[in-house]
Amino acid sequence: MHNLPFQPDQASSIAKSVDNLYFFLTAITLFFTALIFLTIFYFMIKYRRRSPDERPRPIEGSVPLEVLWTAIPTLLVAVMFVWGSTLYFQNSEAPKGSLEIFVTGKQWMWKAEHPEGQREINELHVPLGRPVRLTMTSEDVIHDFFVPAFRVKKDVLPGRYTSLWFEPTQVGTFHLFCAQYCGAFHAGMIGSIVVQEPDAYESWLAGGTPGESIEQAGEKVFQASGCSSCHLSDGTGLGPSLLGVFGHPVHLTTGETVTADDGYIRESILQPKAKIVAGYSPIMPTFQGQLTEEQLNNLVAYIRSLGAAQPKAKEAAKP
Amino acid sequence: MSTATLEPRVHAQRTYLNADYGWKSWLFTLDHKRIALLYLVSITFFFVIGGSFAVLMRIHLTEPQGALVQPETYNKLFTLHGIVMIFFFLIPSIPAVLGNFLVPLMVGARDLAFPRLNLLSWYIFIVGGAFTLYSAIAGGVDVGWTFYPPYSSIYSQTHVTAVAVGVFITGFSSILTGLNFIVTIHKMRAPGLTWFRLPLFLWAMYATSIIMTLGTPVLAITLFLLALEHLFHVGIFSPELGGDPLLFQHLFWFYSHPAVYIMILPAMGVVSEVIACFARKRIFGYKIVAFSSVAIAVLGFLVWGHHMFVTGQSVYAGLIFSLLSFLVAIPSAIKVFNWTSTLYKGSISYEAPMLYALGFIGLFTMGGLTGLFLASLATDVHLNGTYFIVAHFHYIMVGGAVMGYLGGIHFWWPKISGRKYPNAWAALAAAIVFVGFNLTFFPQFILGYLGMPRRYAFYPAEFQVLNVMSSAGATILGVGYLIPLVYLIWSMRYGPVAESNPWGATGLEWKTPSPPPPENFAEIPVVNEEAYAYSAQAQEATGD
Repeated sequence: MHNLPFQPDQASSIAKSVDNLYFFLTAITLFFTALIFLTIFYFMIKYRRRSPDERPRPIEGSVPLEVLWTAIPTLLVAVMFVWGSTLYFQNSEAPKGSLEIFVTGKQWMWKAEHPEGQREINELHVPLGRPVRLTMTSEDVIHDFFVPAFRVKKDVLPGRYTSLWFEPTQVGTFHLFCAQYCGAFHAGMIGSIVVQEPDAYESWLAGGTPGESIEQAGEKVFQASGCSSCHLSDGTGLGPSLLGVFGHPVHLTTGETVTADDGYIRESILQPKAKIVAGYSPIMPTFQGQLTEEQLNNLVAYIRSLGAAQPKAKEAAKP
Repeated sequence: MSTATLEPRVHAQRTYLNADYGWKSWLFTLDHKRIALLYLVSITFFFVIGGSFAVLMRIHLTEPQGALVQPETYNKLFTLHGIVMIFFFLIPSIPAVLGNFLVPLMVGARDLAFPRLNLLSWYIFIVGGAFTLYSAIAGGVDVGWTFYPPYSSIYSQTHVTAVAVGVFITGFSSILTGLNFIVTIHKMRAPGLTWFRLPLFLWAMYATSIIMTLGTPVLAITLFLLALEHLFHVGIFSPELGGDPLLFQHLFWFYSHPAVYIMILPAMGVVSEVIACFARKRIFGYKIVAFSSVAIAVLGFLVWGHHMFVTGQSVYAGLIFSLLSFLVAIPSAIKVFNWTSTLYKGSISYEAPMLYALGFIGLFTMGGLTGLFLASLATDVHLNGTYFIVAHFHYIMVGGAVMGYLGGIHFWWPKISGRKYPNAWAALAAAIVFVGFNLTFFPQFILGYLGMPRRYAFYPAEFQVLNVMSSAGATILGVGYLIPLVYLIWSMRYGPVAESNPWGATGLEWKTPSPPPPENFAEIPVVNEEAYAYSAQAQEATGD
């Protein structure tokens, strides 16, 4: 696992580009540190006091020099800013068609759930060369999902979703660390990311208990919790149909339009009165405290899967 | 005129030290110089406590599974190390000790504007410190100095409220000190002492005081809300109770990032005084250096979001905070270039204060430049929350602020105590601190880049070599800090008596005897020259 003693593995599609910026910053740091140290040493020797009465002539300062050493750092940080921000922007959105995995943090373990329904604790198996998008939440305090070899990190917060993506480019086992202090065994909240060739990943998936997929599990929650009695798929229910909702704009009673993403779905389940779909009444009860994080994740996965479906007679449903 | 006051022995004249004896004369004193000494003793005590926690942590981390204590105990150690060092040592260090002693002397006044508030601020500080020590003795607190909820408000079973109350109370002492300095610098400058004749130490104190008075109330509000949630389960920050955990982080860093400048700006002020004195030169670009302190104080309020790049805050917010964080680097860079240029064609001597000041420039340069890695969004994602951060802020706060503090203590010690310390020992200690510091913290940059998260009580074995190096360096650093403690205490009794101006420095504080009389100046001085008029002062040099 150690290729170079002073560099972590570069095991994701973005690792090299982040490292390039890192090396650029290191070069700038070394250059200016050396410049300042050497100048000071040179002056210390050249202008050492030779007699106690020595009185150097005063120097006020120099406007050209001040302009110069304001302009040079300004230019350099401008380059750093543009470089760092561009990379960050490129890396902030997961590519379409990413493998979607749910991750839940709790004191002091990481739980993952694959689309096919496989679950793991403190391990995450992923296929080589395919972007993976994690939708993450916490059951208790703030955690942080950190994979040094991938150069990715994102806080995992209770009560909301955050997401992160990576594309592994190297087969192997890599550290997963919790990087946000979370209590007594924070240091023990570590796991492994296991990157496998796609075939090996497929057989790993098949080897797990081939139970129901995450969406099927979500559909069960949808029925069992009574969601299905109002959110009828033909749009005639008390609540809006959820077909074709996910990933699309939703019009609210306030006149605003929001995009139905993971955070919106989650909020609508836990705080249904926060955003009301235009044409509907605020009658849905809250499910805060009644669903586990896992059930919520399953529900979100199920509603995501409905997003691709064609809405049925939605217009007609509006009263 | 000061030559006359040099002849008689110090004990013969009335000084602030011998004007009165007995504990009441200290605990009820309104003399800013005595209050400065009260602070000096108090924060030295806290420094020793905070330092001991660090020693235990470094011993513990020599082995991957942890060599010394249980993880719960380790968590309490780093929490108390941070809280004690930041709130009870670094923030009061230069302002409350050197600032209290020097601001009235430097402006040519008999005391600060509000002597009673000044004494009150020390008592508030002690009460706040007592709460924190109580929590340490009662079993500790394990939430980190950052107090992030919902861990701190709902999940931690330790003494969160006691510590939060302690820090809350101490904040008021800082506000009062800042207020006192602002009013004193505005209203009590001696005749002829215009703003652009002020020593740069006063500019730094002024900028620091602005941050203290504007920022600290936000911290107080934040901790108050946290305590409300912790004690009464009022939902403010915890999502379970309907709160927002990121709201806490915004409020906390709104104070705590500027707090970094409360620690570093005063050290920059000290360094300006010391460099000018031992190079016998006016500070190169005086006005730019003065304004850069104010620029840092203002911009420092607008960069807090760079602590939150990986929290899931909007990418656009990240963009703005990244830009502003880069901007705040520029005035710091300007200062470094100006100090370096001050040495050009100077007459440089290498007494201990100068060694600390030059050490400060080197370490601050490294600390500042490594900050660029964290202002840059893409690299911050990897480095945030790792040992890289730990190394970076120790370069600023220990390499910068503590070096500046020690440099200042050595520079003004003859004025404060009326005695001189052995220069050879002091130079040796400065060198040991510099070497020990780099050995301790440089390996941590590499550890962080390799991915070792901070606040880990145990860690994967591959990180051991660098951790052992860091612990070895900490031993050297510890020795470096103990040596001055010994010879400074020794010098108070056995050191040679100091003249009024042993370094041949400019500045009003050197124009009164060492130690100064209770009223500071027999007559209020009149200033008719710029600061650092070292060349003009040639004939008047008295000490040497």
